[in-house]
This record gives sequence, C-alpha cells and structure tokens, in this order.
Amino acid sequence: MDIQLKRGLLDVCVLAAIKNEDSYGYQIIKDMKPYVQISESTLYPILRRLEAASYLTVWTAEHGGRLRKYYHITPLGLKRIEDFKQEWKEIVSIYQFVVREEQRNDEE
Amino acid sequence: MTKNEFLSSLSQTLAELPEQDVAQSLAYYSEMIDDYMENGMTEEEAVETLGSVEEVSAQILADVPVQDQTEDEPAPRKSMEVWKIILLILGSPLWFPLLITAASVLVSVYVTIWAVVISLYTVVASLAAGAISGILGCVAFGFRADAIQAMLFLGVGLLCAGLAIFSFFGCNQVAKGVVWLSRTIWLWLGRCFWRRGDAE
Repeated sequence: MDIQLKRGLLDVCVLAAIKNEDSYGYQIIKDMKPYVQISESTLYPILRRLEAASYLTVWTAEHGGRLRKYYHITPLGLKRIEDFKQEWKEIVSIYQFVVREEQRNDEE
Repeated sequence: MTKNEFLSSLSQTLAELPEQDVAQSLAYYSEMIDDYMENGMTEEEAVETLGSVEEVSAQILADVPVQDQTEDEPAPRKSMEVWKIILLILGSPLWFPLLITAASVLVSVYVTIWAVVISLYTVVASLAAGAISGILGCVAFGFRADAIQAMLFLGVGLLCAGLAIFSFFGCNQVAKGVVWLSRTIWLWLGRCFWRRGDAE
C-alpha cells in the first residue's frame, strides 16, 4: 500500500482506538490486532506524531509499581476521525469511478 | 537479552538524539516490555517481540524529521527565505539591469512584430487608396472622352481594389496569428515559472 496513505490510515486507527476511553501502548496494539497488525516500533512514531499535532495528549499513571503512559484524544483528534469518515466517502466514489471506467474499457 | 540490556543498547544507538527524546523512547519500550511480561511473556520473549535493537532504533531515527513535517515544516524554510531575500538584495546590481534588459528585449520584439503587422495594414490602405484614385481617374478621363486612358485607370483601380480586399483578409489572419502566438508564449512562460515555484 502507498506509504503516505497507510500512514494516514494508521493515524486514524490509533485515534479510534483511544476514542472511547484512554488507552496505553500495549492495549492499543491489542485492540487493533483483529483489524490491522502494527508493531510496537510502528506505533511509537504515530503516537509521537499525533501528540505533536495535538490530536492526543499524554498522561502518566502508576500501574503495578511502575509508570504507564495513557493517551487521551483531544477535540482536534475527534474532528480528525470525523474528517476521515468524510474523506473516505470521497475515496469510495473515486474507487467506483475507477472500477466503472475499467469495466467500460473492457466492454469496448 | 534482558530488558535492561535491550534498553541500554538502545540508548547507545540513539545517542545522537536529544536527551529528552531518548528518555521518551526508552520509557515507551520499557513500558511495552513490562506490559508483555504482565500478560504472560517471559522477559526474553517480550524483548524478542520488539525486534532487534538495530531495527527499533532505525525506526525511531527515521521518524525524527517526520515529526517536524507534520506540524512545523516552515521552520527550516523560513531561514532559507531570509537567505533568499538577502541574496536578492545583495544581487540587485546584477539582476536588476539583467531584468531591465530582458524586459526591453521582450518589448522591442513585441514592437517589431506589431510594426510588421501595422506596415502590412498600411500596404492594404495604400492599395485601397490606389483603387479609389484609379476609379476617380477613370471617371475624370471618361469626362474628357479619353476611352483608352479611362479603361486603363479603371483596370488599375479594380486591380488595386481586388488586391486590397484580398490582402486585408490576409492581414487579419496574420494579426490573429500574432495575438495567438504571443498569448501562447506568455502562457508557456507562466507555466515555466509556476512549475519552478511548485518544485521549490
């Protein structure tokens, strides 16, 4: 898949994974696993990027005698998800156009 | 490899990064290993899941500029723009006369082309004048009952009239061609600059 496209999609996936409740690295990977598998090394830059873009904030909590970082979605992050849904409609209609033109080409 | 071994060799490979970034990366991977262990893996397995230190550090290092790209890309560009402005000012004795020259060449080419068009129209006008005077001459000699002269003038007049009409349409075509050509050249020049602007 196109790297830019995939990166954008994974960004939204991670935002979706923390949309309903704050989550942490391990949990995010686990929640996404049935749909899309990403490695820890892939998730890390995404989280940093989303934080830098103010799509999420980070807070730290103690857990079993150690620290764990939780990621919290911001209104901007929620808007990003909504924007993505709109963009996806556009992508679908582009896809339909591509397929239709292909079929027309076959018929001729 | 134990968790501590993994983290210490990771911090060594990240030495070129700011301290804060290194600390953040180590905290992230440390938390990951702990979470894997908490969910039933041995320390060894948890470290193995993350991949080799080289792979992990390569991914972290590869992404450092990416972070800048998302939000504050203009930072390096701004300083470049300042340099451009300084160079523009310093180079003004050089590029200003060049610009003037280029502009005047362009203008003179324009003037020349249009002068040709205008002179063509002048030829048309003089042909038309010849036609009118020929016909007038024919009438004048007709009054004097000089049939041969009258016919000669009529012939010349009609010839001029025909040529005038003919060349008038020709001139129109030439003028249209010049307008089209100059517009095409302008568009082409414009596109050249646009493309260069995009590439930057």
